Amino acid sequence: MLFSMNAIVPLACVTAAALAAMVAEAFRTPGERMPIAPLGLIGLVAAGIATVLLWGHGYVSFNVVAGDDFGLFVTGVLVVIGLLTIAFSPATIEREQLPAGEYYALTLFAIAGMILMAQATDLLVIFLALEVLSLSVYVLTGIRRDSRAASEASFKYFLLGAFSSAFFLYGIALTYALTGSTHLDRVGQLIAGHTFGSGAMETFAVGLLAVGFAFKVSAVPFHMWAPDAYEGAPPVVTGFMATGVKAAAFAAFVRVFMSAFGPLSAIWVPVLWGLAVATMILGTVVGVMQTNVKRLLAYSSIAHAGYLLVGMVSANAVGRAAVLFYLLAYGVTNVGAFGVLALLESKDRPNDELRDLAGLWNVRPGLAALMTVFLLSLGGFPPLAGFIGKWFIFTAAIQSGYYGLAIIGVLTSVVSVFFYLRIVVMMYMTEPEPGRAPLSAPIVPRLAGAALGLATIVVFYLGILPTQLIDLATQSVARIF
Amino acid sequence: MVPLSQYLILSAILFVIGTLGVFVRRNLITILLSIEIMLNAVNLTFVAAGRAFGAVDGQIIVFFVMTVAAAEAAVGLAIVIALFRHRESLDPDAFTSLKW
Repeated sequence: MLFSMNAIVPLACVTAAALAAMVAEAFRTPGERMPIAPLGLIGLVAAGIATVLLWGHGYVSFNVVAGDDFGLFVTGVLVVIGLLTIAFSPATIEREQLPAGEYYALTLFAIAGMILMAQATDLLVIFLALEVLSLSVYVLTGIRRDSRAASEASFKYFLLGAFSSAFFLYGIALTYALTGSTHLDRVGQLIAGHTFGSGAMETFAVGLLAVGFAFKVSAVPFHMWAPDAYEGAPPVVTGFMATGVKAAAFAAFVRVFMSAFGPLSAIWVPVLWGLAVATMILGTVVGVMQTNVKRLLAYSSIAHAGYLLVGMVSANAVGRAAVLFYLLAYGVTNVGAFGVLALLESKDRPNDELRDLAGLWNVRPGLAALMTVFLLSLGGFPPLAGFIGKWFIFTAAIQSGYYGLAIIGVLTSVVSVFFYLRIVVMMYMTEPEPGRAPLSAPIVPRLAGAALGLATIVVFYLGILPTQLIDLATQSVARIF
Repeated sequence: MVPLSQYLILSAILFVIGTLGVFVRRNLITILLSIEIMLNAVNLTFVAAGRAFGAVDGQIIVFFVMTVAAAEAAVGLAIVIALFRHRESLDPDAFTSLKW
């Protein structure tokens, strides 16, 4: 294989921007304002351009970072999520007086970790990438140090995250003890050739890796951290970790289980089937009972992890492509929804209770309309992105003969519409409670407005003209698995 | 020479001790230490397997794991300090502002 650095170019662009943000913060005199957000945007745009240029070439760097189309597709999704997140951030930073340099540096390092995780083809590199992104996100969750809820959320996330990392790492160690390698191709060859003995150890290895991934994608019963962490973090960060972390973790999940552990699918398919069912049902049912919008969206994101697992269980080409498409559709929609919440937050109160949104239509009709679009897309209404994503996933399940999964998926989607519509009804048809100060009209900065517009366009585009992206997703999985 | 299987059993026992510690102990610092025990159990697996294969990668991987563990401890302790400032307690049951 030709030695080449090409595959790490997107990663290098984001890392360079992160380092620049860190250095800029170090040279900043107190009180001085620096355009750090644009630095991040430049880095991400450069990474996006590099991703497009690398498409189809299949470069490999250092034998462990693959610039194959699968990794690049996810990198593209992550770049979009990152751009939207950074565009929504200045309002929050301004209001909460957060340290801008640290905030952007951590966000960009997290994105770099995510990109590496999507492209890595060696278990050890996947672990390192996972840690880079996790450590950054733990700190981002608790970046409002004066808030008690944020510190608690951050600690719970850290504790369960570190705990699950240990499981994941133990899975890698057992894989290494079995095969003598951590490289996915080599592990896959040895497993397919059955050149080693005991069956118990391979079951343990697969099980531990599955537990590690299930924690990161917040699949039931490993989801306990998610609602707390999502509620305690600032809404922008919540949107970022609900989408970015999930996209990166699912990319690695699919790559590890489909390529290296594909021959052992008899072991892991039933496990993932159970996880998918539990995740879809619990995420939806508990979501119905929530009165806090951030918590509600947290349970909704747990349910969405369940749909993504359905795509993995189907284990056919359509399922893998559907997972990629769904990550994009879900990512853009969810970042948009949390972006609206971030703009609604005001200094004296978070405005994240359901009743806080009463009468939003009268105060800010534009924001109410955009929020409606995002919520309907999450609920899977045509002609929005979420509908095509779900339709694609359930098609894959039916093609592989998992009728039960498809039926549970459709039923839980129908139930989930109830809680999305509850927010919509609140915004349009409910008067603010007497005695409660009405929602003040938030100021929408131009950059955040542009990001909301972009997210809306993408949601409609994926819903109305999905063919192009579906083709890209299908191509990108066809070449590597 | 001690066979690989015995090292693997020892590291499995250590890993279980660490896991139990996370669930049973009621002090944040001890819980962090339990996670360290889990990571070191994993290190033992890597080293033993590397030696059994006669390859150095097992030993090298341990350096990476140790670095990650150090970074994790730094971030973890920082978060514990931030938490302690709000609550003056290290008992996880005292942290109840977020509930389902």
